[in-house]
Amino acid sequence: MSRSKEYWRRNIRYLMILLLIWFLVSYGAGIIFVDQLNTIKIGGFPLGFWFAQQGAIYIFVILIFVYVRLMNSLDVEFEVNED
Amino acid sequence: MSIQVWTYILVAITFAMYIGIAIWSRAGSTKDFYVAGGGVHPVVNGLATAADWMSAASFISMAGIISFAGYDGAVYLMGWTGGYVLLALLLAPYLRKFGKFTVPDFIGDRYYSNVARTVAVVCALIVSFTYVAGQMRGVGVVFSRFLEVSINSGVLIGMGIVFFYAVLGGMKGITYTQVVQYCVLIFAFMVPAIFISIQMTNNPIPQLGFGGQLEGGSYLLDKLNGLHEQLGFASYTSGQKSKLDVFAITLALMAGTAGLPHVIVRFFTVPKVRDARKSAGYALLFIAILYTTAPAIAAFARTNLINTVNNQPYSEMPAWFSNWEKTGLLSFNDKNNDGRIQYYDDSNMEFNNKYAIPNNWQGNELKIDRDIMVLANPEIAKLPNWVVALVAAGGLAAALSTAAGLLLVISSSISHDLLKKQFKPNMTDKEELLYARISAAVAVGVAGYFGINPPDFVAAVVALAFGLAAASFFPAIILGVFDKRMNKEGAISGMVVGICIMTFYILKFKFGIFDGGKEAIAGLKSDWWFGISPEGFGMIAMLINFVISVVVSRLTEAPPPDVQSLVEDIRIPKGSKAGVVH
Repeated sequence: MSRSKEYWRRNIRYLMILLLIWFLVSYGAGIIFVDQLNTIKIGGFPLGFWFAQQGAIYIFVILIFVYVRLMNSLDVEFEVNED
Repeated sequence: MSIQVWTYILVAITFAMYIGIAIWSRAGSTKDFYVAGGGVHPVVNGLATAADWMSAASFISMAGIISFAGYDGAVYLMGWTGGYVLLALLLAPYLRKFGKFTVPDFIGDRYYSNVARTVAVVCALIVSFTYVAGQMRGVGVVFSRFLEVSINSGVLIGMGIVFFYAVLGGMKGITYTQVVQYCVLIFAFMVPAIFISIQMTNNPIPQLGFGGQLEGGSYLLDKLNGLHEQLGFASYTSGQKSKLDVFAITLALMAGTAGLPHVIVRFFTVPKVRDARKSAGYALLFIAILYTTAPAIAAFARTNLINTVNNQPYSEMPAWFSNWEKTGLLSFNDKNNDGRIQYYDDSNMEFNNKYAIPNNWQGNELKIDRDIMVLANPEIAKLPNWVVALVAAGGLAAALSTAAGLLLVISSSISHDLLKKQFKPNMTDKEELLYARISAAVAVGVAGYFGINPPDFVAAVVALAFGLAAASFFPAIILGVFDKRMNKEGAISGMVVGICIMTFYILKFKFGIFDGGKEAIAGLKSDWWFGISPEGFGMIAMLINFVISVVVSRLTEAPPPDVQSLVEDIRIPKGSKAGVVH
């Protein structure tokens, strides 16, 4: 039983880290600190505006695929993977 | 060839494909009908989810809204994509392991209560019906503009097509048609975007052209901000809404997205838990292609529009201008009788005093419905006729695919969650399939009725749909997975309070029914709780739901041991029932 507890604990830790990044790129960079970041320009984009309309979405996609990889290897490590 | 001929050709080809697929993938069992047999490949499911998710609103309206709202449009971009992160990490794998057909199935079993199931069914029906009516309307608009039939005939034709493949094929037919519809809609969205990006910034990738330089060396966004300043509009790249409101709307849309039953149910169709995780990733990838292009289109279209109309003679306007005037979605009123179009922000007093009044501008003369921006964009940019027709076919694909997904939720809620689970538990699979088809057919009829006679509060009701999903399903499912101690008392009271408070807020601030009707809405703005708009209130209602659920569950009895072991079980991928392989 303790092994499945450990599996769940690791899963929750992954979730916390990934959701922290999720929060930082969208609510952090795209909303809360948007004005400060807008003073920095990357090409034609004010940086905060770029995060809100482009960057956050790219990072969302990456986050899900990172999660898939982390969980797949966690499943194998704890032998709870299917087939 | 004319736009109309091209549209007929492209729409006929795509419709023939949808019908062909429906015949090829007929549903033979309830499992086929509800979850496509449970054997859908994750990439295919990702494509279908993307088409399911991207509705007429995403395809037709979103870029237009951003075009007029500038930075504030980001609430839709982040809200409608960030929800997939929540879905992939917090919901999809566990619901797949649970392995039933519908969202009310999960709520009913996890909270061992038919009351909970019924509450979930009611929410699912309200959310889905409000949504589907909007889709049918979108179909009607495209038909009336490009095929020059009436909006009503447009709705009827659309109903006929959806009826055919949703009723016949169920989830199986819908899934495979949605794959084709995704390809049609993304092609139709990208082609004009790429053309315009090359035209304006010499960069074939719209996402880069968005931050690129125009001819003459100035950056597109700088130029656009400059144009806005010249005409008294607020800066394009900074926001008008309060930060708290932007935060609240984004969070409400994210949680609402993750809680929408027609999106969640897609993750029941893949064979394994790890496929559910992966297909959420693919879905977001396919969605992101459109969602990162839309803000680029918005900026291109805004620049093009201002350059085309700004202080130009009305008599020299191109053909698209008069075409859209005929639909009533664009109108010009020459207030100062100088024959030129003055398009500016006439509510900006400083600008009025400094520029407009000295130049004898007597008010803004151009009214543009934001919904026409995507459809008119290729014409404004003078793209070839076939591209314009392609956009029409894409808009139809987006509307039909979403309508079909929603109709399926409606029919399974009625035939499975209500009839089978509550009234006629002894139904055979064949009878249930028949009831599912009958309810799908009835739902198509009701949706069509609302498409032809749209309530004038569609926009308000869509806000309610997201708010309800965020305030009801989202906390109940999350707590169902992550809080073993959560019991039926907690979940039901949380859902009921969440729905009621959300409905109250919408009725008060969106319909004004406690203060004398629609005229009172604007005056009530200062009374918004914490300054949060009705669109963003889903966040508050969701938090209230979470708090009430947790408090009530701790004061009442723990859930029975078999439910606690169900929760243990869905947390671990091993042992999920294998799907049927086609």
